[in-house]
Amino acid sequence: MSAIREDFAEILKLVRPNARVLDVGCGEGELLELLTREKAVDGQGLEISPEGVAACLARGLAVVQGDGDRDLDHFPTRAFDYAILSKTLQQMREPRHVLSELLRIADQAVVSVPNFGHWKVRWALLSRGRMPETGALPEPWWSTPNIHLCTLRDFTTLCDELELRIDACASLAEGQSARAIDPRQPIENWRAETALFLLSRRAEPQAAAAPPQNLFGEVELAETETPAPKKKRKR
Amino acid sequence: MTAQVPITAGIETGGGTWRFAATQPLRLDSGAKLAPLEIGYKTYGRLNEAKSNAVLVCHALTGDQHLASTHPVTGKPGWWDRFVGPGLVLDPERFFIICTNVIGGCMGSTGPASMDPATNAPYGLKFPVITIGDMVRAQAMLIEALGIDTLFAAIGGSMGGMQVLQWAADYPEKLFSAVVIAAAARHSAQNIAFHEVGRQAIMADPNWVGGAYLEAGVRPEKGLAVARMAAHITYLSEQALQRKFGRELQRDGLSWGFDADFQVESYLRHQGTSFVDRFDANSYLYITRALDYFDLAAKHGGVLAEAFVKARAVKFCVLSFSSDWLYPTPESRDIVRALNGAGCRASFAEIQTDKGHDAFFLDEPLLDQTLRGFLAAQATARGLA
Repeated sequence: MSAIREDFAEILKLVRPNARVLDVGCGEGELLELLTREKAVDGQGLEISPEGVAACLARGLAVVQGDGDRDLDHFPTRAFDYAILSKTLQQMREPRHVLSELLRIADQAVVSVPNFGHWKVRWALLSRGRMPETGALPEPWWSTPNIHLCTLRDFTTLCDELELRIDACASLAEGQSARAIDPRQPIENWRAETALFLLSRRAEPQAAAAPPQNLFGEVELAETETPAPKKKRKR
Repeated sequence: MTAQVPITAGIETGGGTWRFAATQPLRLDSGAKLAPLEIGYKTYGRLNEAKSNAVLVCHALTGDQHLASTHPVTGKPGWWDRFVGPGLVLDPERFFIICTNVIGGCMGSTGPASMDPATNAPYGLKFPVITIGDMVRAQAMLIEALGIDTLFAAIGGSMGGMQVLQWAADYPEKLFSAVVIAAAARHSAQNIAFHEVGRQAIMADPNWVGGAYLEAGVRPEKGLAVARMAAHITYLSEQALQRKFGRELQRDGLSWGFDADFQVESYLRHQGTSFVDRFDANSYLYITRALDYFDLAAKHGGVLAEAFVKARAVKFCVLSFSSDWLYPTPESRDIVRALNGAGCRASFAEIQTDKGHDAFFLDEPLLDQTLRGFLAAQATARGLA
């Protein structure tokens, strides 16, 4: 098996064993399969492409063909412990609605978004006056699926408006290990290329279920049954 | 798929007619009892020692138990023989595949053409009105009689899919997985309307004789053929009809009369006349009625999800066809929504095809691929080699 994608590795750390997980835009089911194998989750995928759905079924995963923009209302309230939306919020027609739906369906949401405030993006715009094409945003403006880009600051503001609590946040960059960050620090809005959030509804009492704030620090896998993954993050 | 030998050659097949004792009646939803009960069925493959590899395939309105073997009346191959065979989606070397003729049918199961023990004449319209629930209850009796506690899978398309849904609602503990293809959880007004056209066509035929045509030694062939023609249109998509026939004529030029000028007319006439050779008109009345009465949510306070709350351990796969206008994709989505609402794990895919409702009989690679993937994964979960 090839190395686990960095964002998948981070999500793997966040998710409790045996949790009920909805993966929105699950593609061919790599993440769900990983979570099922490593964390014995009860997983469900939502995927728009017929090929992705067929691949998920062949992997033995439960998958519903559908569109994150339209079909999240299929799922009853608090049907899942986690709803995962990996790098696609900015492709949704109504990201605000989707975000709020994720946290209706699930107690916690794991959401990753590319940061349009990253210094490379700002530099590309400032120096060349062209729409930026970076590692996290590789496509030219006329073919990019990203229709609702935001900065880290935009995203945290939206979380505040929706009364969502940020339980944890990590900065992800291609080929580098994840770094726990405080997304409200102005410097992170320059430094983070992509940010991965663990969100919950502020009103909901999380009590014992709340994950520790240092989730992205040295990972505590002691309570899980699975062997700790290889530590790739030591420098 | 050019094999000249039947696909099941060399495969262990079984079946026949299972006769339940008169003391074992089938209790019907109407309150009536049906006895003695006979069930025509066919099996492919062998039940393993753990009795964990049984697959029940439920047939559609005009189908029967001859899933993958030559039809005794028409001599044609089984209706799903492209799915059943070594190396195919339903491999008899792996699964014990059972297909039963539904009650009310005319291929060996008790139906309106069977003898009524009270009169020693065919039941005709004295046959009680039956439901999809009754069909499934009869299947459950047979499955139990065959010594099977739990089905590895129940699979069906169209009315077969409705039976699978009914299995999940009524016998969730006897079901490991469920595949529902091109079905709905209830009959819509349009569905009922088309069936009513068919029934009226049969009953308008003087040879129907108030349902007592068997005693009169006649058959309402014209009425049944018209019923079939009308229904057949609903099984095809507009695109499929257009692609297949367009406005192509049978001969050069128009007849300036009412012969079958257009190829599509000739095709429908053929569908009608070949159908009457193998199907009983009263069976058509009773089975379409059962479909019209089908509304799975009704017994559960009108909330479909309530029908599935005990089926949380069952793994579901729901499939629809994009060009099916008889049971269109939103009907399948409603089922999936209810399953999710009940806390069941369900998979759903809409298969892109222009072949309409009948796509589930036809060569549709994505259907094969999807079903193969789902069943393989469930077989692994069930510990089937």
